[in-house]
Amino acid sequence: MTNTQKRMPLVELKGAGLYQDQRWLVRSIDLTVEAGEIVTLIGPNGSGKSTTVKIALGIHDPTEGTARQRPGLKVGYVPQKLSIDWTLPLMVERLMKLTGPMKKPDLEKALERVGIPHLLKNPVQNLSGGEFQRALMARAIARNPDLLVLDEPVQGVDFAGEIALYELITEIRDELGCGILLISHDIHMVMAATDRVLCLNGHLCCQGTPKAVSENDEYRKLFGNRAADAMAVYRHHHDHTHLPDGRVQHADGSVTEHCHHEDGHHAE
Amino acid sequence: MLNDFFVRALLAGVGVAIVAGPLGCFIVWRRMAFFGDTLAHSALLGVVIALLTEMHTTIGVFLVSALVALLLYFLQKKPSLSSDALLGLMSHSALALGLVALAFMTWIRVDLLDFLFGDILSVNHSDLLVIYGSAILILVVLGIIWHPLLAATVNVDLARAEGLNPARTNLIFMLLMACMIAISMKIVGVLLITALLVIPAATARRLASGPETMAVIATGLGVASVVAGLYASLEWDSPSGPSIVVAAFVMFLLSLLPIGKFGKGSKL
Repeated sequence: MTNTQKRMPLVELKGAGLYQDQRWLVRSIDLTVEAGEIVTLIGPNGSGKSTTVKIALGIHDPTEGTARQRPGLKVGYVPQKLSIDWTLPLMVERLMKLTGPMKKPDLEKALERVGIPHLLKNPVQNLSGGEFQRALMARAIARNPDLLVLDEPVQGVDFAGEIALYELITEIRDELGCGILLISHDIHMVMAATDRVLCLNGHLCCQGTPKAVSENDEYRKLFGNRAADAMAVYRHHHDHTHLPDGRVQHADGSVTEHCHHEDGHHAE
Repeated sequence: MLNDFFVRALLAGVGVAIVAGPLGCFIVWRRMAFFGDTLAHSALLGVVIALLTEMHTTIGVFLVSALVALLLYFLQKKPSLSSDALLGLMSHSALALGLVALAFMTWIRVDLLDFLFGDILSVNHSDLLVIYGSAILILVVLGIIWHPLLAATVNVDLARAEGLNPARTNLIFMLLMACMIAISMKIVGVLLITALLVIPAATARRLASGPETMAVIATGLGVASVVAGLYASLEWDSPSGPSIVVAAFVMFLLSLLPIGKFGKGSKL
């Protein structure tokens, strides 16, 4: 790899916009994601978050501006909507290898990390919404991507799982050194690890650290003061996991029948 | 009693069933049965063109089917007309155009029924050569594009984002379908080609736990239908094309019997 390629961001949008069905879905978007960086897109429904991500990934060609990806970029993508037709028999194991070959240890480790190692041989149609979301997440991680793109990765996942997944995202970043582009419709919860938040509303409304964005005037205009105040910056202690058989594993490795009040964060 | 024409018919039918298995699975997974119908109906126009230009029928049918496939491919990219209505329009227009054109060609003596329902007992050596040559070509190409095609079937955006080229893969698949239509017209006729694609695949769905096994099982069922249908038509003097389809349908009904409930993968 040449030095210029190394210095190039993973993806780079310059003044990018998409015109479709007689309207602009997004316009004038500037966005870069560097290796090791977590960038979160927030914005109301229809503000063009998914569209922006799709332009960045080369799924849509921009009508205006440019979209560039680093040559040879390896992407792990969790799309917002994905339904698998019942007529297609597909086990979780096969889903994992959908877009390319995968080493068995990588595959198993990824499923373990998202908490569904026991579902390896299950048909995907039998999974609950949250389990399926985790399987998609595991698939994206197990590819060892340079860029991990998550379009609302916590949908269908319960609150405790949501916190665990956000924690996992940070862990993955630290471990793989990959860039992460995250879409969250949940303006109340943008995690502490996010390096930059971009607030979209058809155009780029504002961007900066989570704190800076929450104090931004335009952001407050868009979401209202209450929403802005409610935006939680996540610091939490996730110290126990629920095992598939209903028992609880604690951070020190011990296993008990139930979780206790003195345990850390739990679905509330 | 195995007359030579009967052996040729068996071989031809088996050759077509072998490609119908995996292609039919994709038709079912992608919900493209109507698309298959449209291509098959346009085959009649191919016959007309072949008769007018004294081309080999198979080549004429392939060219017209491929043309229609490409037309549909590009029309479907424009969401102005729902693809269901579009297919309905094209499917029956193509069939009607073919019937009208054939009726005008009074100087050519052809039996319309042979085109509509197949004429497998008249298969000659050159037909066999064309069928097996095409079948091998289809299987080799399908083998090469299998993984990307499966990924594109599950989700086009995902395939595109993760570095595959679903547009190209889908286009190749369309051409393979046109080729399949061309060689199966003589076996079951334009009206029943879709049945040969869809029924064995639908039966296989209940018996398979992965996409690859489903394709193999569909192939086996297709071959069994051809053999059973042809022997039945010899025994009871029933029309051979429809007999093959009836045999496939009987196997589908059998797969619904509760015995299957205790078999492998019957949880679904």
